[in-house]
Order: sequence, then C-alpha cells, then structure tokens
Amino acid sequence: MNAATANGGNIIEVHGVSKSYGGVQANTDISINVPYGKITGLIGPNGSGKTTLFNSIVGYHPIDEGSIQFEGREISKLRVPQIARLGMLRTFQQTRIYSKMSCMDNMQISVSQRNRPMTDMFKARDKGAIVERAEQLLEFVGLYQKRLLISGDLSFGQQKLLEFAMALMNEPKVLLLDEPTAGINPTLINGLIDRLKRANEEFGVTLFVIEHNMRVIMNLAEQISCLAHGEMLATGTPDELQNDQRVIDAYLGAH
Amino acid sequence: MLDNIQVLIVAPVFAVDLLLQGLFIGAIFALAAYGLALVWGVMNVKNLCQGDFVIMGGYIAFTMSWFDIHPIIALPVAFVLMFAFGWIVYLLIIKRVVDRDMFTSLLATFGLSLLIQQVLQLIFGPEVQTTDAGFDSIVLADSMIILPWARIISLILASVLALGIIVFMKYSRMGRAIRATAQDPRAARVLGVDTNLVYAFTYALNAAICGAAGVLVAMIWVIQPYYGIVHSIRAFVIVTAAGLGNLPGVIAAGFGLGIAEKYADFVFGAEFAVAAVVSMLIIVLVYRQLQLYRLRQVVR
Amino acid sequence: MNKTAHDGKIFAGLIAFGILGPLLFPDYTLQIALMWLMILMASTWDIMGGQAGYNSLGNIFFFGIGMYVSAIAQIGMVYDVAAYTSAFGAIVVEFTDTQYFTGLVLGIILAGIGASALSILFGVTVFGLRGPYFAIGTLGVALAAGELISGWGYVGGGGGISMPVYPGEAGASSKTFYALFFVLAISALGVIRWLLGTQFGLALNAIRDDEDKAEAMGIHTLRYKLIGWSIAAFFMGMAGAIFGNMIGFIEPLEVAFPTTTFGIFMVAMALLGGKGTLWGPVLGAILFHVVKELTWTYLLGWQWVALGLIIVVNIVYFQQGLLGWARDKWPEAFGLKVDTDAGAAAREAAE
Repeated sequence: MNAATANGGNIIEVHGVSKSYGGVQANTDISINVPYGKITGLIGPNGSGKTTLFNSIVGYHPIDEGSIQFEGREISKLRVPQIARLGMLRTFQQTRIYSKMSCMDNMQISVSQRNRPMTDMFKARDKGAIVERAEQLLEFVGLYQKRLLISGDLSFGQQKLLEFAMALMNEPKVLLLDEPTAGINPTLINGLIDRLKRANEEFGVTLFVIEHNMRVIMNLAEQISCLAHGEMLATGTPDELQNDQRVIDAYLGAH
Repeated sequence: MLDNIQVLIVAPVFAVDLLLQGLFIGAIFALAAYGLALVWGVMNVKNLCQGDFVIMGGYIAFTMSWFDIHPIIALPVAFVLMFAFGWIVYLLIIKRVVDRDMFTSLLATFGLSLLIQQVLQLIFGPEVQTTDAGFDSIVLADSMIILPWARIISLILASVLALGIIVFMKYSRMGRAIRATAQDPRAARVLGVDTNLVYAFTYALNAAICGAAGVLVAMIWVIQPYYGIVHSIRAFVIVTAAGLGNLPGVIAAGFGLGIAEKYADFVFGAEFAVAAVVSMLIIVLVYRQLQLYRLRQVVR
Repeated sequence: MNKTAHDGKIFAGLIAFGILGPLLFPDYTLQIALMWLMILMASTWDIMGGQAGYNSLGNIFFFGIGMYVSAIAQIGMVYDVAAYTSAFGAIVVEFTDTQYFTGLVLGIILAGIGASALSILFGVTVFGLRGPYFAIGTLGVALAAGELISGWGYVGGGGGISMPVYPGEAGASSKTFYALFFVLAISALGVIRWLLGTQFGLALNAIRDDEDKAEAMGIHTLRYKLIGWSIAAFFMGMAGAIFGNMIGFIEPLEVAFPTTTFGIFMVAMALLGGKGTLWGPVLGAILFHVVKELTWTYLLGWQWVALGLIIVVNIVYFQQGLLGWARDKWPEAFGLKVDTDAGAAAREAAE
C-alpha cells in the first residue's frame, strides 16, 4: 500500500479542533490538512493560535474537541514522545538544544527512536554510521567546523540551524517548524529557505511551517492556511492568500 | 489497628476529641506553611529549614520559661529574634542562592537545617521538651473531652497573627512591594522597588512567623532538636496540596493535615506518627502527578 | 584515545591505593573501607544527580533497603526472623562457616536485586516530579522508609537486628569487608565509566539539559531514568548489605536510613568534587571523608556542626565543585573545544 494515498494524500488531518486556556478560546473548530511530501504554511497575526495548534498536534496538551490524525491514526490522546516516535517532530520558537553538550553529541542523541531496539542504548557513542550521518547533516546546515563546540556557545542563528539538523537526524516523516527564521540574521535567511526546500526534496520530509515573514512563506509553501482569533480564516495557494481581502484585513488589524 | 477504628465508631466522642486536637495543631501548621508559601511564591526558594525555624522559636520560649517568662510574652520576643535571624540567614546564604537553580536553594537550606539541628542539640540536648503555660482545662462530656485553655489561647494567638500578616500584606507599603515582586520582579524593579530588600524582608518575615508558630508548638505540644524536618515536611504537604498564593487553601489544608495526623496517630499508633506525615507528602505528590498526567503535564 | 588512557591511569592509581593502603596502614583499614563506601555513594548518586539532573535527596533509601534485605535473607536462612527479633538479642544464632559465607554472598546479591526492584517502583512514583518536587519526594520516601521500618516488628522495629557474627578472629573480618567495599566501589566506577561512553550516557545528559526537548525528540525518558536509577540502587543496595554485616547491628533511623546525615553527605560530596563528571564525586568523597574524620578527631561534639557548615559553604560559595572549577579554567585539558571563531558569533549576536 502506498502511504501517500492511504489517507487521501494527507499525512496530518486536523478536524474541528478546539482548545481553550482558562476561559480564553485559543483555537475554535480548526480543520486543516497537511499533504504528503509538500511544504504547508501556517500564518496569522500574533495571538491567533498558531503555536497552540502546533502544541495540540504534537501532544503538549489535551484538546477540548475534534480529532487529529497522523497517517490515518488518531493521535489526539497520545503523548509527546509517542507522537515523536511515530515520525512527527517539531522545533521550538525558542530554540531548544542540549546546551551543555557538544554539537556532535546533540546530533548523536537525536537519532531516530522509531523501532530502535532497547539494547542500542548500550552501544558505544562516537562510533559507526551515526557519526557519519551526524557529520553529513552538520555539513548540510553549515556547522561542520563547529561540531566539537559546546552547543550553548553557538550564536542564536547557529543554534537554530543545529536544532534543524537534529530534527533531520531523527528522520521524521513530517517536521513542524515554529518560526524557523525568527531572530535569524536576514542575510542568512535565503540560505535557510534553500535548506528547508532541499530537506523537503532530498530527504522527503513533509514540512508544516509557522512563519511570520511573508516573503519567506510565500517563497516556501505550496499551500498556506491563515488563522485569526483562533479560527481558520482561509486556505489556498500563496497567490490566492496574497489577494484574499480577509487575510489582508487580519494582518492590517481590521476586525 | 482495627480495634482503634472500632473505638472511634463506638465512642464518637473520641472522634470529636481528636478532631479538636487536630484543629488546634493544624492552625499552627498552617502558619508555618503560609510562611513557606510566602518565600516560595515571592523569591522561589524552597525553604527546607522551615521546620527548624519553628523549633528554634520553640526553644526561645523554652529558654524564657527558665526565667519564668510566660509563653505569651515569649511569642513577640521569638517573632523579633527570628526576624533578625532570618535577615542574617538571608544575607549570608539565601541572597547567594536565590538566583540559582532551585535545587541549590533547596540543598543550601537543607544544609542549614542540619546545622541548626546540631547546634540546638548541643545547647539543649536531645530530650523532648515542652513549656508549661499554666492554664486550666475545660472538661466536657463527662471528662471524655478535655479542652486545655492553652490550646484555645494558642488558636486565638495564631488567628491574631495570621490576621495581622494579612492586613500587613494588604495595606502596608512593604506588603504591597512584596506582592508586586511576587508577580513580576523585573517590573517591580523598574517601578523602583528594591527587590533585594523585599527578599530580605520576606525571608525574615517567614522566619518570624515560624518562630511565633514554634512558641505555640512548645506551648501546646513538644519540641526536640530533630523534630524540625517533620515540620518542614508538613509545610510542604500543605503548600503542595493548596497551591501557592491560595491563603484559604493553606488554612484548610493546615487544619486537614492536623486532623488527619491526629486520626492516623490514633488508628496506627504513635510509632507511625512521623511515617504518617511523610506518607501524606508522598500521597499529595502522587495525587498532583495523576492530576497533571491527564493534562499531559508533569509536576514542576 | 587520550581520554581512555587518562581514565586508565586514574583507575590504576585507585586500585594500587586500594591494595597498598590497608597493607601500609593496617590501623586505618576501617577508615579506608568507609572511604570506598563514600566514593560509591557519591559516584552512584551522580548517575542521576549529575548526569541526568535528577537531584535525589533519598538515595540512602536503597542503602537501607539493601541492609534489611540482606539481614532478612541471612538470618532467615537458618532461623525464623520474627522469633529472632522478638527475643531482642537473647537468641544467638550459631552459623557454621559455610552457612555464614553463603548467607553473606546471597544476602549481598539479593540486596542489590531487591534495591533495584524497589527503585523501579519508587521511580515510577517519583519520576513524574521535576526539580525541587523530585528532591522533596525522594527525601520523603527515604524518611518514610526509616519510620515505617521502625514500626515493623518483624524486623525488630526501632530496636534493630543483630547481624550474624563473623566467624574467625576480628582482624580477618575487617579485611574481608574492606575487600568487599573496595571491589564494589571499583566495579561501580567501571560500570559508570562504561555507561558514560554509551548512547545511554548521552541520553542522561540530554535529559539533564532539556527533558522536554528529549521527549519531543521521542526519547524514552522514563526508561532511561529507571535504568540509571536502578543501576545506582543496585550498587547502593549491595553497599548497604556489606555495611550492615560489617558493623554487626542494624537499626532503621541512624544506621540504615540516615537520611539527614549520609543521605545529604553523598550529595555534598558529589557537589564538592564537581557533579556530572566521572572523577568529581570520587575526589569529593575522598576529601569529604578526610575532613569528616579530622573533625571527628579534633572537634569532638561539634563535628556535625562543622560538617553542616562545610556543606552550606560548599553549596553556597563553591557550587561548581573542584573539577567543575578546573574545567572552566582549563577547558582544553578536559577535551572541550573553545570557539576559535568567537568573534563571528559575537558579531552575529550583536546584529
């Protein structure tokens, strides 16, 4: 059976998800599909519930209503590590790496935990295919020269690249990126877009990206959804969204 | 054990007596727990020498009883002395750990707890002590319920002290500064609050509250140099069960713990008294975990 | 690799000292045996405390459990435990040499297994707690264990149990127990050294640095924590069994579960030497033990106060520990790389 066709061609299907925090309705009846092998964007003004939706999908909190399916399997009751082991990973808005370990150690421990036999944990580190792959990926994001440094000493942008490389090391099927270009030196952004696209094409990783930078997301994504006030406003191709009056209003603050 | 439960059912008057006893000590537990919630909430310090401050207050009353000074007079003295002691401890130790990770403050105060225990043991010896307040008792229900006046007075004193603190926190300048710092230390600093002073004051106030609670403990119960840790555990049980910044919850949990302890004492026997308190800590922590597990969260 | 050779030298030095020490200073055999115990306590505490960032205040629990498991096993082999303890020492059970030594070996092994098994149960209960809650929860478990056993008549309650008497002359007993502590401490260090060189060690470090991230990456954090914890428990349990047999009489609060003394000393030792390093806890344990013995000798009566003071000063003023301090000062000597291109990072950060 071809996985890509198993679920109507969607790797993630979100149906009617609602989530409230202490009386504040963060997400209301959201439905969104992430197709296999594509890059999907999620935009919306600050506080429109994008990160809340991400957190609901990867299992950080229970949802109030609705269903979330990953490859046709209901995951809204699973917990973060279980979902990660299915092959769905996320990066954080506030970059999170293991800051007291070297970059290589960060990469080695990020190896995929899917179907990994328990005895593997007692295999020696710094050896074998893991090291090779870690070095390749660090090369891919341009951090090879810094591989032995303590990762906490890297600049913010470099930490972000490292986090991305760690995510790729995990061989996810889908990667949820929360504002990958936030806080990155503008001159480096083009390089990052290029790497995201290559990750999608060469490694076959489906990407689902929250992004504030319009230029970036219009360049990157094939399909974009826009949230406002916790509700789904519009979904379409970049061109369609750019000309959608509701999206423009949402960004310009017209309610 | 089953026999004891049967006694409670056959003679409910015992159950009432235990309930009253539990209420009286519970009020004191709530005081110390409020102090812990204060330093925890304001400066994020988990003070593991909380109980040792209580016991120190008890020994202040005990020492003064040598000179025939009544515990009621010892109470303000202990309050002032422990306030000063708390301030010194803040300057020497807490000031240096307040910004570090929480384990550091926990461990530092645990080390201090060990230190206080040992010094008290050297000065006063390991015997169990109490101070005699010299009050009569009210006898009810054919001598089945004996209500010593000392306990009633201690409950009144605890309430007065608690009310005083609440009024202070609400209306005084320092009280407002403390509450502001608890909410957002950086904003408080920007608005001209000297957070260092607030921290020192909060910690000293906590020590003072504990000291006063300790006088009451000495008055209606017993003190011993090593009993501090159990008082600390009690304070943690209450704060964990009630949550920070929840004063009615702290008072209710304090009474609840006092009553639960008295019943456990009666049912399982006095040799399990400490075990019962510590088990309650574990039960509260496990309960919190189960509660948060459903929310896909952990206790932190 | 350089690091392997370096660790090998230290191992060789420790082993040489372990063998020569009691031969050169036979009067101090007991002291050196206790030093190995301290090293064992600090190093096994560091598996979870230093490497995984789970600062337990209750590791002494395993020590006491091991002690009681071995006591029950050894006495229970030849006599009814309840009858033995209820006689308050009036019954002296005669053990033949074979009975004694099979009992001892069996007791130690069962102690390790029992403590390990309990650590899993204990771990499932407390590993949902983070940070200070974890520390207080573990402290609570250790305190509760001591108090509950004090009230448990079967094992003698607060009155304690006399352990089987070592057959043969007095000198032989101290040599045997010395050897047991020495071998146990060295094998614990060997196991820890091996563990830190595996993916497992990396996982513990990842949990220490950011457990939420580790979970988000799909790591079985609970599994790693339970295994790390049970390894520590295994060694602590066996150490407890050996200690109980060595001193011959055990009781719950002061000997088996000394939570507020040795329970915190092991943490202080690891911090003194530098937690999260292989040799830091060893160094800290040796120093602490020497200081402890000196204060015992010269500060009679005030020794506990002095120790408490040392712990507080250590934590408040010198938290990174000796090796942590050295590592900050000479990072290259510890195999760490420093950014030679720091300027670029600074430039980027400034933008």
